[in-house]
Amino acid sequence: MSIPTSASTTLRTARLAPPALDPHRLREDFPILREKVHGKPLVYLDNAATTQKPQAVLDAVGRFFTHDNSNVHRGVHTLSERATRSFEEARGKVQRFLNAAQASEIIFTRGTTESINLVAQSYGRERFTAGDEIVLSHMEHHSNIVPWQMVCQQTGAVLRVIPINDRGELLLDEFERLLTPRTKLVSIVHLSNSLGTINPVRALIERAHQAQVPVLLDGAQAVPHLHVDVQSLDCDFYAFSGHKLYGPTGIGVLYGKQAHLEAMPPYQGGGDMIRSVSFAKTDYNVVPYKFEAGTPHIVGAIGLGAAIDYVSRISIDAIAVHENALLAYATDSLADLPGLRLIGTAAAKGGVLSFVLDGVHPHDIGTILDQDGIAIRTGHHCTQPLMERFGVPATARASLALYNTREEIDALVKGIHKVQEVFG
Amino acid sequence: MSDLRELYQEVILDHHKKPRNFRKQAGVAQVEGYNPFCGDRLTVYLKMDGEVIKDVSFEGSGCAISTASASMMTESLKGKTREEAEVIFKAFHDLLTNPAPAANNAAHLGKLAVFSGVREFPVRVKCATLAWHAFHAALDNKNKIVSTE
Repeated sequence: MSIPTSASTTLRTARLAPPALDPHRLREDFPILREKVHGKPLVYLDNAATTQKPQAVLDAVGRFFTHDNSNVHRGVHTLSERATRSFEEARGKVQRFLNAAQASEIIFTRGTTESINLVAQSYGRERFTAGDEIVLSHMEHHSNIVPWQMVCQQTGAVLRVIPINDRGELLLDEFERLLTPRTKLVSIVHLSNSLGTINPVRALIERAHQAQVPVLLDGAQAVPHLHVDVQSLDCDFYAFSGHKLYGPTGIGVLYGKQAHLEAMPPYQGGGDMIRSVSFAKTDYNVVPYKFEAGTPHIVGAIGLGAAIDYVSRISIDAIAVHENALLAYATDSLADLPGLRLIGTAAAKGGVLSFVLDGVHPHDIGTILDQDGIAIRTGHHCTQPLMERFGVPATARASLALYNTREEIDALVKGIHKVQEVFG
Repeated sequence: MSDLRELYQEVILDHHKKPRNFRKQAGVAQVEGYNPFCGDRLTVYLKMDGEVIKDVSFEGSGCAISTASASMMTESLKGKTREEAEVIFKAFHDLLTNPAPAANNAAHLGKLAVFSGVREFPVRVKCATLAWHAFHAALDNKNKIVSTE
């Protein structure tokens, strides 16, 4: 009996295993990686802040401005038609990338932050009343805290916070306790920017839905590293940014279930979001246009579409395999360094390594590494409540992308040795 | 390494590890300096005797540059008059931000001249000036939080 089982396992593995990714070859696609910093080759490990852009994205942006530039949804002339087609094709690419049921569920925004603000103001402000509760977690980015605080001030709703353990994992029992008839929304980060924790969002959503509570996922860090299927997850809203997915800055996405979006009032007023306007009354446009007032970031959306094409050609699964292997290598390498403590050691983790060094402030680590061309992020990473939870004012953070290599992790380790040498 | 050694001079590292006048004072002017960029947070305590700085101390947490700068600041300002402190404050600011500081600057600064290397690291200038801004506000008897942003 064991033979067929093992054979079928092998077959299944063979079918599912993504093609191996060669980061050295892929680096050729990113012109900026040829830059020198202080005379040293750039080692870019600040990908959770923003990723670098492949030539395919740079070309798509350049091509649009060179050949197709025009406003969308306006003119009958050729360029306007081309611009509109490219812009709407980009929406279709996002839809397929997230496996949304329809393109109208994809709203273009400025980024994750604006996507969350849109839900807070359009969905939340309309529905929340005094005493209602919004459930967040202790590891949220400020962009998934402050918009809710603002809507709390407007409506009298209050925030409830899911605590985390010392590894940086959500306490699910506490989540259970926080779900009450007063809970009106759960808004949770999918992959933590400071800790790397991948939250068990499928289980959280299932549990919240049992209590008839909708769920928003902040996917800013998750989308570049994990395969995300919004229908399979059954999340109500999903937010992410283009620039962390190898696309341009200033463009992001809010996915929302059609029924929610149709029931929500507009977020901003202006052109494109209307069907007809008189001084007496305005009829709003259909979704998604109801939420896209004004001329959108057309070339941003097109650049994002090109970025999605790029990562899809490599495959998100292959990127995940590569990054997970690199994360394991980096975690082992850093663990060997005396006086170094990793902040964020969850069992389920993406390519983020937050750490502190005995006797050395993260800012000094950042400055010394930069002298060797190594770019990491130092600070509170817009997660001050989380820093407080771990009793540190800041951390140093190295974060990985598809083009990072073991040699770069070795350079990081060597750089940290140098930090320790300087600080004796 | 040379730029780094210029920035992290022995005397700076020494003050970082063993900050001087690192203590609270009660019943005196106190101002908190906060750098939201990196999370550095220092409180400067200032005790005046008429126009003379009787005692100045600090507490808090920060990077090597901000801690050493605060520590050396307290050493250099104690016993100085308000007027002398203003001159040193301006000279220190000039040292960090002006590529060609005034010729007589070094005379005003003494040991503080070790911070000249910070000029080559523009993002770190705020670290070096954090305690100084807090001190300056305390000198004006403003009990408040000063932010670098």
